[in-house]
Amino acid sequence: MDEKDFNKNYEFLEHTGDAKFRAYGNTLEERFINAALAMSSIIVDFNEIKPDIQKNIDIEGNDIKQLLYNWLHEILFLLDADGFFLNKVDEIEIIKEKERLYRLKAVIAGDTLKEDYLVYGSVKAATYAEMEIRNDFIQVVVDI
Amino acid sequence: MENIKVNKVNDYTWEIPKEGGMRVPAVIYASEKLMEKIKQDKTLQQVRNVAHLKGIINHSIALPDAHQGYGFSIGGVAAFDMDEGVISPGGVGFDINCGVRLIRTDFKAEDIMDKREELLNELFKEVPCGVGKGGQLRLDKSELKNVLLNGAKWAVENGYGSADDLMSTEEGGYMASADVSAVSEKAMKRGISQLGTLGSGNHFLEIQKVDKIFDHETARAFGITEEGQVAVMIHSGSRGFGHQVASDYMQKMENEYGFQNLPDRQLINAPIKSELGSNYYKAMSCAVNYAFVNRHMIMHWTREVFKKVIGSSKGMDLVYDVCHNIAKFEKHKVDGEWKEVCVHRKGATRSFGPGRQEIPEKYRSVGQPVLIPGSMGTSSYLMVGTAKAEDISFGSTAHGAGRVESRNEALRKYSGDQVRRDLLKHNILVKASSIKGIAEEAPQVYKDIDEVVRVSHELGIGKMVARLVPLAVMKG
Repeated sequence: MDEKDFNKNYEFLEHTGDAKFRAYGNTLEERFINAALAMSSIIVDFNEIKPDIQKNIDIEGNDIKQLLYNWLHEILFLLDADGFFLNKVDEIEIIKEKERLYRLKAVIAGDTLKEDYLVYGSVKAATYAEMEIRNDFIQVVVDI
Repeated sequence: MENIKVNKVNDYTWEIPKEGGMRVPAVIYASEKLMEKIKQDKTLQQVRNVAHLKGIINHSIALPDAHQGYGFSIGGVAAFDMDEGVISPGGVGFDINCGVRLIRTDFKAEDIMDKREELLNELFKEVPCGVGKGGQLRLDKSELKNVLLNGAKWAVENGYGSADDLMSTEEGGYMASADVSAVSEKAMKRGISQLGTLGSGNHFLEIQKVDKIFDHETARAFGITEEGQVAVMIHSGSRGFGHQVASDYMQKMENEYGFQNLPDRQLINAPIKSELGSNYYKAMSCAVNYAFVNRHMIMHWTREVFKKVIGSSKGMDLVYDVCHNIAKFEKHKVDGEWKEVCVHRKGATRSFGPGRQEIPEKYRSVGQPVLIPGSMGTSSYLMVGTAKAEDISFGSTAHGAGRVESRNEALRKYSGDQVRRDLLKHNILVKASSIKGIAEEAPQVYKDIDEVVRVSHELGIGKMVARLVPLAVMKG
């Protein structure tokens, strides 16, 4: 199995057809943030994106996996619908509201496309394939 | 990895016998060589899992280019009983009606060789990849609804392309089952600016030349008359619109039916005639129409670019447009009787033999054109559908090469610049919006397309007509 590099917030693992990554962090929220950044790194060098525009996110899921899936999809939705590229997550909160209902609220920052942003490609969708939510990492395969 | 028992039936057919919760056996159409690759990932497990689904008929099928997908393998076919069976967004895929069209031309390779750079530059201007920015069509919501309802008919009515183009598109360029009320606001928002954009990943626009004709008579029927003739191939899908439709319905079905009894969460489905099943079919049909318009518009602008750069687009007729990711209600012979079934093709091409009513009249006596795109820098194939395919694979054959190396591996092993230089040595010009994308799509990361096509031909589920090689490649 791949060794974890403790300096990394996320890393990509081998996957024939698509992209598989693990996102690390001390809390579930940190791991969610790093999953969003890992996915964004496929699309663009997110460090170069200016945090000029803020967006509020408020989504739900029946379980943590669906919440993660919806979180990643929200970021893809904003890219397609608003041309919004993620730079960072300013705030995030995950709450279990009741049995079978989780909620994620976040404030994210980024920018629309500018001449000097280098776009690598896109992501079609997050998937449940090989998805794992653990205390030390979360793992996702995305369709590209 | 789990060891799955596979029996060899003949040179190109393998079977996973029915066991446990499987309702039917699984069958894999591949050579020894392709089977070695197929065994290396989760394809066999996935094709076996699909055999568990309610109402599946005959077999769960994997084609020669099969590789691991999500829930369903890519390069797979499954048909379901209309009353007992299910429809599954995962059996279609996120990129609904990802597909290919081939445009013939009257040009010869030498007519365009020194204009290739200019052609690519102009194509990039007209057809953006569309990540984070829209295409040149600016539609309002009511116009987008017309696109979703009428597919490529909308394009022709608005002055793009001709009625002949519709005839040469699977389904005549639109599915009448489209119903906009089944589509979410989110899907509309994702789709509104992306029409006429290529997308990224393995999507491409290629200027090709006919390298070899195997079946002159059929080739002639398809408008391919000589080796050296220039053609254009467009590979794209329904962009964010289709991805959102797939995602919306996976979630709805999960909330309605739960996934606890499924071998894989991504196999989520609904009975075909249930409200959710029928709504998914209506929304999927909208995405199918969106993708037809997308490829149609890209074709239109390609013709405009040829007019501008070469001076003419005369003879640039659409040979055919095929869907690679789709579910359709089609009539097939089941236990000797004709019956309507729901065929899921995920990474598979319809391959109907001569005589089928669905084939445009001009091709009906020879069979349906089947288009199999290669990867960047390798051959693509024009094939023809067969009665054999109707007998053993619900009228389907392979759709492409299928990856064998991950993007990670590709990025470690190849540099985009090196790949570009190597291709140039083979006289193939490549222009991409990202140099990283060129490395990820290096020709070496794909299965041997020639072997995939050979197996389809030998098995008889799609016969070789002509081989095309790239002259200039545009990648999103």
